[in-house]
Amino acid sequence: MSNEKIEAGLAKYNANVEKAIAKFPERGHLPEQRLYTPLDIAGENYAEEIGFPGMYPYTRGVQPTMYRGRFWTMRMYAGFSTAEESNKRYRYLIESGATGLSCAFDLPTQIGYDSTDAISEGEVGKVGVAIDSLADMEILFDQIDLGKVSTSMTINAPASVLLAMYIAVAEKQGVPSTELKGTIQNDILKEYAARGTYIFPPRPSMRLITNIFEYCSKNVPKWNTISISGYHIREAGSTASQEIAFTIADGIAYVEAAIKAGLNVDDFAGRLSFFWNAHNNVLEEVAKFRASRRVWAKVMKERFHAEKPKSQMLRVHTQTAGSMLTAQQPNNNIVRVALQTAAAVMGGTQSLHTNSRDEALALPTEESVMIALRTQQIVAYESGLADVIDPLAGSYYVEAMTDRIEKEAWDYIKKIDEMGGAVAAIEKGYIQKEIQDSAYKWQMDVENGARTIVGVNKFHIDEEPPKGLLKVDASVGEKQKAKVEAMKAKRDNEAVKNALADLKTACADENENLMPHILAAVKTYATLGEICGVMREVFGEYEAHVNL
Amino acid sequence: MIFCCRRPIFHKEGDCVDIAKELLAGNRLALSRAITAIENEYDDAAEIMKKIYPHTGRAYVLGITGPPGAGKSTLTDRLAHEYRKQGKTVGIIAVDPTSPFTGGAILGDRIRMNSLTLDEGVFIRSMGTRGSLGGLSHKTADAVKAMDAFGKDIIIVETVGVGQSEVDIVKAADTTMVVLIPGMGDDIQAIKAGILEIGDLFTINKSDLDGADKLVREINMMLDLDTFMTDWRPPIVKVVASRGDGIEELTEKVRTHREYIEGNGELNKRRTKRARDEMMDILNSRIGNYVKKKIVDTGRLDDLVNKMLNRETDPYTVAEELVGEMLKV
Amino acid sequence: MDKKIRVLVAKPGLDGHDRGAKVVARALRDAGFEVIYTGLRQTPEQIAEAALQEDVNVVAMSILSGAHPHLFPKVVNLVREKGMTDVLIIGGGVIPEGDIPALKEAGIAEVFTPGTPTSEVVKFINEHVKA
Repeated sequence: MSNEKIEAGLAKYNANVEKAIAKFPERGHLPEQRLYTPLDIAGENYAEEIGFPGMYPYTRGVQPTMYRGRFWTMRMYAGFSTAEESNKRYRYLIESGATGLSCAFDLPTQIGYDSTDAISEGEVGKVGVAIDSLADMEILFDQIDLGKVSTSMTINAPASVLLAMYIAVAEKQGVPSTELKGTIQNDILKEYAARGTYIFPPRPSMRLITNIFEYCSKNVPKWNTISISGYHIREAGSTASQEIAFTIADGIAYVEAAIKAGLNVDDFAGRLSFFWNAHNNVLEEVAKFRASRRVWAKVMKERFHAEKPKSQMLRVHTQTAGSMLTAQQPNNNIVRVALQTAAAVMGGTQSLHTNSRDEALALPTEESVMIALRTQQIVAYESGLADVIDPLAGSYYVEAMTDRIEKEAWDYIKKIDEMGGAVAAIEKGYIQKEIQDSAYKWQMDVENGARTIVGVNKFHIDEEPPKGLLKVDASVGEKQKAKVEAMKAKRDNEAVKNALADLKTACADENENLMPHILAAVKTYATLGEICGVMREVFGEYEAHVNL
Repeated sequence: MIFCCRRPIFHKEGDCVDIAKELLAGNRLALSRAITAIENEYDDAAEIMKKIYPHTGRAYVLGITGPPGAGKSTLTDRLAHEYRKQGKTVGIIAVDPTSPFTGGAILGDRIRMNSLTLDEGVFIRSMGTRGSLGGLSHKTADAVKAMDAFGKDIIIVETVGVGQSEVDIVKAADTTMVVLIPGMGDDIQAIKAGILEIGDLFTINKSDLDGADKLVREINMMLDLDTFMTDWRPPIVKVVASRGDGIEELTEKVRTHREYIEGNGELNKRRTKRARDEMMDILNSRIGNYVKKKIVDTGRLDDLVNKMLNRETDPYTVAEELVGEMLKV
Repeated sequence: MDKKIRVLVAKPGLDGHDRGAKVVARALRDAGFEVIYTGLRQTPEQIAEAALQEDVNVVAMSILSGAHPHLFPKVVNLVREKGMTDVLIIGGGVIPEGDIPALKEAGIAEVFTPGTPTSEVVKFINEHVKA
């Protein structure tokens, strides 16, 4: 059909719509246009902008075979209480068919405090497992073959320390570091902007990150050294476009820092990975995944002149949106998670964590985690969504939306560039403010009914409080404290002192890679708090920028 | 005498306490409630002020102003730490704008000063501008007095230098510091007219950024043009507040300015003028309130206005009659 | 007279999820309150002392990490110890229904769980506090 014919058809259709609306008004006002036609993607250059899976600009996916080769990694984020308890949960997940581990650490661990620190009171073992020293890490991976499993660790400010502990445990198991597979999140910029578990100011934090890039490129080559995360930016309330725009701006900052530190872009860029949120609006999410791959490929090729295809590929781990889970009628969350899973899969994710129905209320029970994992398996094996690569390509709507999100992302990236990059934009509070504005708008839309959340502001029922929630044993803190004290009494404290002194000297020398020093300290059973304490002394601490 | 404070609590043994007495005895909650009484214009505020007034005039007041984003709160935090190191107690009043649309405000300066919260030698109070035009500087001045009477050695008043009322607040300080940062481009032109002329000293914060030296040159040029200049030429101090760089020097410069105005009688002149202005303000506001009570609240004003509209009388005649009647002149 | 209700919005504990706290802070501002926002990682001692210095009418806290059974009551006790027996203390976050009675027993006036409209928080404050 020629464009003229389509235009004529569309005009006729629009006239009909006017008549119809006059009789039966439509429900509310929606931001998207009513109908998409070939006219909406008339200017699309298929060969250059969409292309083929495994080929630049990777709009349709990063591998040539995608899920026809193998499914995404079904990776369930877990960890709570003590290392012993979490180790049990990991082994249960592996037996249930999970193909990768994902460690959640408690907040003291994420912020570099020992369980014995006064500030840790009430937090030990709550949102993840408490790791104070190598001794805990040995228990956490007891009877788990680190040569086989791939492990993702949600750890940022002290990522270097946890990675060092992982390497040390593997060494004890007889697994060389060159064989280790996994990811550390290691994305400090989004901590400043959205997630809040930062320790040091931006400059030393960026140094730690580039130290890790450099160390791993030589010693842990299969390790994903960073997971540049939009997930938490979205959780903090951003839109889909903001999620990928701010995250890719962060990615640009990391690449620039590494290049400035003297690394060759193709030596480390292939180990960069991303982390997206799978939100409620299925088609918008699919478009977001597609747009993000295209933007990153262009950034890497055109801006950084990366030559290796792997350096240009945006490989992504995904988690379904925690903030979209409702405390009301929690079983409805199973359905939400299924739709979000469908979005992530049609978007072409490399790995996926699905949230459990009860997570707006507490940490998930084993039963809830099983349903969440089964959701992924049903989508993989039964739904047919994984049978064809990038099945929504060519949809007028999805292609137009992919273009729209890409454009919005470029606009933000340009603006952030003008401010001097992501670090400067965060220090000015710009990114935080944009996210907060979106979060506030969302909340007001829910409150004034412009946005419906089933079971919350519509279809509400009176219900009994849910039973059988997981409760973290309140004595975990005391137990963990006792463990740390006992460990400290046993270790060679002189060796610890020396290792920490050596680390301190290294911290003060900007040209020194800190990884070997941290690894040496970890092996003496120096605690996470002791190691981060030394770094705090030299580096200082970040002060948040709040601009409400 | 017993002052009943706004909330029926802050009781001791079933009775309302004497806030002024408790404040003077070093009770932190009494200081806090006294400031609330001032801010909210509670009836007992005047009684509190009467009692504490004899104990004021001992603190040195440092005003800090500058455009949004200049890092004033961080600077205030570092200055407070420095003064604490020097053995001085510190009071901080941080003023943030009230939204003209909702009447609410987010007072976020404290977040930069969290490390001072548990220091008993420091007391931080956030205030919203609350849309009052003249009233704000009056309230801030009274809050300063409350902290002064409480025994703080140094009182730092921090406010955004945008509106006239905010500028008035810092004018009430013994030493006024204007904080600027590099890279504000043409903004400095706009600021120049407003707050540059009130600075007893200039602080260039974030001076590790490009453009710091250019900014120093620009301020120097403006100071060169200032024909009202006394023999005090405001020093320009470069600092990086976030790292604590230059803070000691800054307190040194404040001390120099203090010695200068103490030595040449300028401090006395400033304080005399301030006392006079304050007196007039209070008098005007009392008279205004009296007039409101007699003329406005009784509906008499509306009658008179109607007469004026009908050209039966004119505002000048009415004013003369009213003043004569009320003040018996 | 220009009276305002003053609210301290604080995040005790270590979790960095401040979306809720910030949305509530803004909603309270838009409802005409003066909001003192203290940011992340505040200890109960810091929160109580800030409440005193700011003479707030309300302390509103948010915790998503599960540390509420420990931290909320501690704040209540410290605030009361400082003589502020008239301050309304409320909490929110990921808080299981089962924990709420104990928190109320400890002096938390109301607990707002996920999905609560901000207007309800505003209403609650207006019903229980006078400037």
